[in-house]
Amino acid sequence: MAGIYLHIPFCKKACHYCDFHFSTSSNLMEELIHQIGKELVFRKNYLPEGEIIESIYFGGGTPSLLSQSQLSYLMDTIHANYPVKLREVTLEANPDDLNDAKLTQFLSCGIDRLSIGIQSFRNEVLTFYNRAHNAEESLQCIELARNAGFAKLSIDLMYGFPSLDHTGWEADLRTALDLDPGHISSYALTIEPRTALGTWVKRGTFQPASDDFVAEEFEILQDATEAAGYIQYEISNFGKPDAFALHNTNYWTGAPYLGVGPSAHSFDGTNRGYNVSNNSGYVRALREGKLVFETDNLNAEDRINEYILTSLRTIWGTDLNFLETTYQVNLIELKSAELNFLSKSGWVSIQDGHLILSRKGKLLADSVAAKLFL
Amino acid sequence: MNMQKIRNFCIIAHIDHGKSTLADRLLQFTNTVTDREMQDQLLDNMDLERERGITIKSHAIQMKYTYKGEEYTLNLIDTPGHVDFSYEVSRSIAACEGALLIVDASQGIEAQTISNLYLAIGQDLEIIPVLNKIDLPGAQPEVVAEEVMDLIGCDREDIILASGKEGLGIEDILNAVVEKVPAPKGDEEAPLQAMIFDSVYNPFRGVEVIFRIFNGTINKGDKIKFVNTGKEYEADEIGILGIQQKPQQTMKAGNVGYLISGIKVAKEVKVGDTITHVKRPCPATIQGFENVKPMVFAGIYPVETTDFEELRASMEKLQLNDASLVWEPETSAALGFGFRCGFLGMLHMEIIQERLEREFDMTVITTVPSVQFRAMMNNDQYKIVNAPSDMPEPTLFKHIEEPFVKVSIITAADYVGPVIQLCMDKRGQLKNQVYLTAERVELTFEMPLVEIVFDFFDKLKTISRGYASLDYELIGFRASHMVRLDVMLNGEPVDALSAIVHRDKAYEWGKRLCEKLKELVPRQMFEIAIQAAIGAKIIARETVKALRKNVLAKCYGGDISRKRKLLEKQKKGKKRMRQVGNVEVPQEAFMAVLKLD
Repeated sequence: MAGIYLHIPFCKKACHYCDFHFSTSSNLMEELIHQIGKELVFRKNYLPEGEIIESIYFGGGTPSLLSQSQLSYLMDTIHANYPVKLREVTLEANPDDLNDAKLTQFLSCGIDRLSIGIQSFRNEVLTFYNRAHNAEESLQCIELARNAGFAKLSIDLMYGFPSLDHTGWEADLRTALDLDPGHISSYALTIEPRTALGTWVKRGTFQPASDDFVAEEFEILQDATEAAGYIQYEISNFGKPDAFALHNTNYWTGAPYLGVGPSAHSFDGTNRGYNVSNNSGYVRALREGKLVFETDNLNAEDRINEYILTSLRTIWGTDLNFLETTYQVNLIELKSAELNFLSKSGWVSIQDGHLILSRKGKLLADSVAAKLFL
Repeated sequence: MNMQKIRNFCIIAHIDHGKSTLADRLLQFTNTVTDREMQDQLLDNMDLERERGITIKSHAIQMKYTYKGEEYTLNLIDTPGHVDFSYEVSRSIAACEGALLIVDASQGIEAQTISNLYLAIGQDLEIIPVLNKIDLPGAQPEVVAEEVMDLIGCDREDIILASGKEGLGIEDILNAVVEKVPAPKGDEEAPLQAMIFDSVYNPFRGVEVIFRIFNGTINKGDKIKFVNTGKEYEADEIGILGIQQKPQQTMKAGNVGYLISGIKVAKEVKVGDTITHVKRPCPATIQGFENVKPMVFAGIYPVETTDFEELRASMEKLQLNDASLVWEPETSAALGFGFRCGFLGMLHMEIIQERLEREFDMTVITTVPSVQFRAMMNNDQYKIVNAPSDMPEPTLFKHIEEPFVKVSIITAADYVGPVIQLCMDKRGQLKNQVYLTAERVELTFEMPLVEIVFDFFDKLKTISRGYASLDYELIGFRASHMVRLDVMLNGEPVDALSAIVHRDKAYEWGKRLCEKLKELVPRQMFEIAIQAAIGAKIIARETVKALRKNVLAKCYGGDISRKRKLLEKQKKGKKRMRQVGNVEVPQEAFMAVLKLD
C-alpha cells in the first residue's frame, strides 16, 4: 500500500501563519504543473517494486486553484505510469474556490475526498490570519460540496488564537460539528519563524496564547469531538469510525510514499528525500531533464525514533512486537525506568503489546517520545 | 653602568586615564621602539588586557634618554590598575624611586589612584604629576590641577600638561624623570639583594623573573636563592628588558632586569621575594613580602561532566603563569567534579573564566562567589570556611567571623546620598567624608568584604552614573551572624546553590533566588517546588508548574524527519542539564545568584 503526494505550490494570498512552500505569483503555474507530470514519469521506479498506489493526495499551497485540464493531466499521468488501485483521492481546497462548476470538475477528475481549509468560522480570526475566505464561505462550502456529490469531507480547524476566554473556539467547534463533516483535522496555531506571525512575535507586536491556554482548547476539542462521535485517531485528527484519512495514516504507519512538486518529501520505506523548495529552480532543473533532490539516509536508530514518534501519536500506539521483530529492540527492557515513570504518571499504558498515550499523555506526546528515543 | 644615570619609575593611573598610550609615546620618543614595531598599547600584550584596557600583569621596559648631553637609563615599571592586584602594585612601587601620577584632565582623581598614590608616597617615591588628555574638549585642567595640588601638595608649575594621543608634553615628562626622580642608592659590592616584583610565564623558557637589584651584583651563572621559598637556582640568563630581552653578563645595584633559571611553575616565584647569592647571602630580606591571599572563592565546574580531567589540565596550565590562582578539587552532588578556586578578586575571577574559555576552549559553570569566613569552634580554635559545605553545624561553633574591608569611594557630590544608602544596604558603616573639591567627595566605609565581592561595583557605577570609583583594603575579621542558606528542588538540596549570607539578609536572598530560579528552571512533566531554607526552616518557596503541553500540531510526510531531529536536539540539550533528584536544571540556573537583582 503506497501513496503519491503532489505539492501544488501556489496560493492567492499568504496566510500569516503558514511556512509551507508556496508562491503567490501564478506566472510559472502552467509550466510547473507540466513539469510535475514529467517528474511523475521520471520517478516511476522510486517506490519499491510491487507497491500499488492506493492513495493520491493533492496538497499545497492551494490545489483547488488547479484547472480541470491540469488536474486531469496529472491524474492521467499517474494512471499511465503507476500500478493503481485507488481507495482515496484527496484534494486540499480553500472555501473561496469551491463552487458547483469547480466541484463537478474535481469529481470528474477522480477526486473523491476534499480537505477544506476552513480554519475558523469567525471573520476577525480569518482576517487576522490573512485567509482568502470569509465566515460565510466557511459555512457554505460543506453543503456545496455535499450537494455536488462529495461523500468524504474533512475540514481544518485552528485553535489557540489568543483570546480572553474559550467562547470563540467553542462556537467554532459547535458550528463545525453541526455541519457533521465526517473528518476534522485540528491544529494549534503554531508560530513558525519565517512567517508574518513569527516576525510579529519576534518584534513583540503579537503575543501568542500561553501553553496553558492552548492546552485547554485542546481539551475542549477532545471533549467536543468525542461527544459528537469522532475518534481521535491521531493527535490532530478526528474521524467518524469509517472516515479516517487513508493517506495520512500511511505516513504514521511507515508506508512508502512518493512526493512530487517543489518541496515535496518522499519515503521509499528506508530513506527520505526532499525536492528543492523553489519553484523556478524546480522548473529549470526539470526543463533540463534533471531533478533537484536531496536524500536523507536514515540509520536504524533514526527509523526506530521516527516510528516511535509517529506511532505514539496514533490511537494504535507503538507496536512493541514490531520493534522487536523488525529491529530487535526490546523497548520495555531498554527503557524500563522511563516507561515506569511514564506509566506511573499516567501518560502511557501498554495494551495488547502496544504502547498507547493516555488522554492527558497526548498533550505531552513530544516529551514522551523524546524520553523513549534511542 | 653608573648608578647616578639610572632612573626607576612607574606610572600610577586610573583605568582609562591613558597610561598605556602615554607609555607608548615615551617608548617612541626615546627610540626604544620604532614606529614599525609599534603596536597600540604595547605594554598590554595579552588580548584580554587590551580589550579590557587594563594592564593585568606588570612588565618593565628600559629606555635610553639623552639629557643635557648625558645618556640616562630609564626603567619604566608598569603597574596593574585594578584593586584585585594591589599587592603587585605595591611591589612594583617598591622597585622605583619615582612615579608619574597620571590624571585624566576631564575625569579628575579616582579612588584607585589615591590609594596607589599613598602607597607611592609611603615608599618615599618622588611624584611627578601629569594631567593627561588635555586635548579633549571636556578637559578641565585648572579644576583638576587644583585637586592634584591639594592631594600631593605640589605647585601649579610642577604639573605637566600632556596628551598621549597627540604626543604633547612627552619631552617634559622625560626631563622631569631625569631631573626629579632620585638616582637609586645601593652598594654594588654588598651581598646581592634583589626584589622580585613580577614574573612572566614563557612556555619555552619557563618563568621569567623580573627583579630590581637594591644591593650587590649578579652575574650570569651565579648560584642564587629565593629567600622566602628557600629554593636555589642557577642564573642561566640575566638581562635587561627592551622590546626584546637583551642578555647581560653582569647587572649591578640600581638596575632592573629579568632572570631565567629553568623555573617551570609560577608558584615558585613569589612577588616580593628576595633574590640573593647562595654563597654570600644578604643579611636582611626586602621588607614588605606577603604571600598573596585569595579574597574571593567560588566553585568552577566543567559544563560537560566528562571534561573534568581536561579542566584540571587547563587549570594547571593557567597556574603556571598565574601564581595567584589557587584551587583544590571539590565535589558537588549537582555539578559533579570540579574545583574550589580562590581569586584575588572578582575581576581576577572573570579573567580566569575568560582565559579558560579563550585559551583552553573550556566552558565552565561558576558557583556563588564568596569570601573566606572562619568559625570560632567550641574548642576555641578557628575553622576556615571557604565554601558553604565547610560551614560547621550551628551547635559546634560559638560564632562566625567574616573579613571586613575599609572601602574608599570618590564620587561627585550629587551622588553622596545614594552612595551612602547603597553602602548602608551592604552593611557598611560610614567612617569619614571628605570634600576633595566642592564637587568631589571621598567617602570611607567599613564593610564586610562579602558584600562587595559581586554586583557592588556595578551598582555603585549605576547610581553614580559611572562617576564613582572604588578602592578597598582588608582590615581584619569581625564576628557576624552568618548563616548557610540552602536551596532545594522538590526536597533535594542543590549544594551548588548554597550560600553563606548574613542572617538579616537571608530572607531577601532566599526569596529573590527562588524567584530567579523559577524563571530559569523550565516546566517539566511534574510540578517542581523551589525552596530556600536555613537548616530545617523553609524561608521562601516558589513553584514551577507542571508542563501542560508539549506536542507539535502537525506531523505529516514532510515533517517526520525534521521533527525527529528537533526532538533529538532538544533531548541532547537536556543532557547538558544537571539532574537534581528527578529535576532537570539548566546550567544558567547555577549562575542565577550572579544575576540576582
